[in-house]
Amino acid sequence: MINLLILPLLIPLVTATVLIFLTKSVGAQRVISVISTIGTLAASIVLLLTVKNEGIQTINVSSWEAPFGITLVSDMLSALLVTTTSLITLCVILYSFRSIGASRERFYYYSVIQFLLVGVNGAFTTGDIFNMFVFFEVMLMASYVLIVIGGTKIQLRESIKYILVNVISSALFVIAVALLYSVVGSLNMADISQRIAEIGQLPILTVIAVLFLIVFGLKGAIFPLYFWLPGSYYAPPVPVLALFGSLLTKVGVYSILRSYSLFFYHDQAFTHELLGILAIITVIIGGIGAIAYWDVKKIIIYNIIVAVGVLVYGISVATEESYKGMVFYTIHDMIIKAALFLLIGVMIKITGTSDLRKMGGLMKKYPLLGWTFLIAAFALAGIPPLSGFVGKLLIVRGGFAEGEYVSSLIVLLSSLVVLYSVIKIFMNGFWKAPKEYPGEDSQPVTFLWVPGAILVLTSILYGVGAEVMYPIISQATDALVNPTIYIDAVLKE
Amino acid sequence: MKTNDVILQTTSKVVFFMIVLFAIHLFFAGHYNPGGGFVGGLMTSGAIVLLLLAFDIKTVVKGFPIDYIILVGIGLLFAVGTAAGSLLFNIPFFTHAFGDVTLPVLGKTSLHTAMLFDTGVYLVVIGVTMTIIQTIGESE
Repeated sequence: MINLLILPLLIPLVTATVLIFLTKSVGAQRVISVISTIGTLAASIVLLLTVKNEGIQTINVSSWEAPFGITLVSDMLSALLVTTTSLITLCVILYSFRSIGASRERFYYYSVIQFLLVGVNGAFTTGDIFNMFVFFEVMLMASYVLIVIGGTKIQLRESIKYILVNVISSALFVIAVALLYSVVGSLNMADISQRIAEIGQLPILTVIAVLFLIVFGLKGAIFPLYFWLPGSYYAPPVPVLALFGSLLTKVGVYSILRSYSLFFYHDQAFTHELLGILAIITVIIGGIGAIAYWDVKKIIIYNIIVAVGVLVYGISVATEESYKGMVFYTIHDMIIKAALFLLIGVMIKITGTSDLRKMGGLMKKYPLLGWTFLIAAFALAGIPPLSGFVGKLLIVRGGFAEGEYVSSLIVLLSSLVVLYSVIKIFMNGFWKAPKEYPGEDSQPVTFLWVPGAILVLTSILYGVGAEVMYPIISQATDALVNPTIYIDAVLKE
Repeated sequence: MKTNDVILQTTSKVVFFMIVLFAIHLFFAGHYNPGGGFVGGLMTSGAIVLLLLAFDIKTVVKGFPIDYIILVGIGLLFAVGTAAGSLLFNIPFFTHAFGDVTLPVLGKTSLHTAMLFDTGVYLVVIGVTMTIIQTIGESE
């Protein structure tokens, strides 16, 4: 079926529309959104296998030939990311049943989550730069609603900042696309890449490259454009935070990866150098934040910034090995960040606070939760059999191979900082003397633990099965290292 | 003090139909002339807004007992349905079909499925505009 790669976008879109009619019945909303998200996940897995067996899948929407119409392209990288996104959304929806509260559920919560899924999956799948802008907006509009839904004071304050920053970055995105269009005269990403290769990377194209970096850096929170993230992500409830933390910044990173490996790879001395410097500062800033706070949400939020730094560093090295590591690490980080947010969400539910100094002794009563969190913490830091290891190993090895010793060492050392920050949560939250928390027995701890545990299990399998994943990851990096594969698949030459 | 706006109300009633007719004209002109679903929908909601200015929200709701959010949903279904129809024929998503059809009254007419998509846009635009205006108007 030639429309296979549209299904991960179409299923959530139809679901979101249908859910608009069912706002009164929360039960029906839950059933429909779970069934359809399972459907999305199944479709994306089928797509993944198809890409694995038959190579890059493309579809010319409306039957217009490649550079003239909108082309959707699903290579291994985007198929992997779409599958991961669908899995995470499924777990977050399950988690929401018992945590988000009926007042939010009645106000289009599940519908908006489906729209977010459309936006993220679309941004990963599209092969057209302006279409990518549109999917960014779909995703951002949904995230505006999710950040403000419920209408508490902190949410209102932070959503104003969040919307302001994103409106500005979206305007910059349009300006950057307009500039690029005025230079190369095309919006199809494969066609743009081909034309840039023909004319060489003129200075104006390097300027546009930096402009794109500013745009995607604002979305993906790299230094010095990360300033909005810690405050804004602190505001929404935990399931929304898990979605944001694992998906939204990764879309920014994916866009940097796509544009810097497909368009702007001719003048690496300037662009990739800049990327490398910013990445390292991002890692350091994130690390400082992760150590500094005693608030569980803040600690994990700063860990997002560390991970973004590591990923962008992988892009900046731009060798096959570092790309492999970067792709490996992206998927690991999406899964594990969602898992960590869901698990600390359970901790916050039990204790009624997110302040670490007021927690303690959870291990005695909730051993399963404790051990799951510990495994997730070790995976995040990258302790060998777990999933964070392979990705970081490849990134650092790529860095050393390029002779970038200092920055690679910083990336390595950042693991220690990350480990310290999450073990701090473990030691203060789960060890120490048990405390009494009012109302803890009424919380649905086991139910909330399950989605987090599913993600941790996925992460363990992903880490242990690195051998199985390796050829798939290699296939994903082929198109990054060698853009002609991508171009040939789209333009069919 | 209650003002007497009989002139405003009477002219609104007449002008309303003129605006709606113009909006429908714009909507159908979209394929060959400037116009289309977006501006048509905006103009239609403009006509309803004129009624809102001349009367009050309760009267207008009585005249148009429509839940505009449901209207957005219906519009989206139209748009997605038109695009997804191509899945049935196993041709690329969003591929349109068109042709000349001889209709009983209108005679030979060229029809295009883009029109169905435009209907979706039209309904969504009306729904969104009216939802925004009514929600702001009703909140204290």
